[in-house]
Amino acid sequence: HLKDDQSTHDTSKLNLILFTLTYGALVTQLCKDYENDEEVNKQLDKMGYNIGVRLIEDFLARSSVGRCQDFRETADVIAKVAFKMYLGITPSVTNWSPAGDEFSLILESNPLVDFVELPDNHSTLVYSNLLCGVLRGALEMVQMAVDVKFAQDSLRGDNVTEIRMKFIKRIEENLPAGDE
Amino acid sequence: MADDVLFEFLHMEMVSHIYKEQASRGEMDKDRATCVSALEGMGFRVGQGLIERFTKDSPSFKDDLDIMKFICKDFWINVFRKQIDNLRTNHQGTYVLQDNKFSLLTQLSSGKQYLEEAPKYLAYSCGLVRGALSNLGMDCVVTAEVSPMPSCKFQVVIQKI
Repeated sequence: HLKDDQSTHDTSKLNLILFTLTYGALVTQLCKDYENDEEVNKQLDKMGYNIGVRLIEDFLARSSVGRCQDFRETADVIAKVAFKMYLGITPSVTNWSPAGDEFSLILESNPLVDFVELPDNHSTLVYSNLLCGVLRGALEMVQMAVDVKFAQDSLRGDNVTEIRMKFIKRIEENLPAGDE
Repeated sequence: MADDVLFEFLHMEMVSHIYKEQASRGEMDKDRATCVSALEGMGFRVGQGLIERFTKDSPSFKDDLDIMKFICKDFWINVFRKQIDNLRTNHQGTYVLQDNKFSLLTQLSSGKQYLEEAPKYLAYSCGLVRGALSNLGMDCVVTAEVSPMPSCKFQVVIQKI
């Protein structure tokens, strides 16, 4: 169980702290550069997407997961392997839609916001929106178009952080002209 | 956990974003300096925050050289995945830290055309070091240069009041 521990001896935690502090500095910079929260949210999503399309390669190289058979398996891999690997947490997968094309990731704690408080004039800022872009970009590289957004945000007063993921469609791989 | 990979990806994207934004706003030359100082400034604040958490339980340092050795070892290992390969000093407040395979440069090609681009990828790190040292009581100026890719030298010059 990962605690908000600031031990100087736990070096893997320090790497994560470096990431979260850097992320915080980035969000602060974006808030300076853009006039409104909506624009910042968009930028975070775009940057996340750019990271995601490259991160997937790193993920596939590090983990030994094969091709997922269905969206449920994808959800499990995201929660139990990917989140654990990169952020040290294992969100729970819940709230499946009857059609099985939509689910929630519930994060009891969000490492990105460990040292963060939203100032009053940023009530519509989705601070961790980078994560949505990362998931979207990464899955696009494995032929899945998904919609990802925050349904609950602990930074904005909710008890937990909830990321809602919806499967849109399978992206057909583009075959070079001439192949059968 | 996948140490530092997230940070490296984020750093790449940050640099790319800051330069794209400035490019879309006008004159490149003036903006290059703005980009560098924006990145350096971000690094500075993060460096301060990082050191605060890093050295909470550690004993205090005996002198500047002791601090620099800490930066070259513990700090560098935790932030850049390896130690500094070579530390030189003139014993008069200038230190040169050489990293032969700087983690934030290894993703870039070693081709000559990237030499011009490399400083963008060093600005944030200069800030990190300056911020860390500032919190340890050392006010200094930190600059860096590629020598050659992917190795680089960080120069730390302590500011005498």
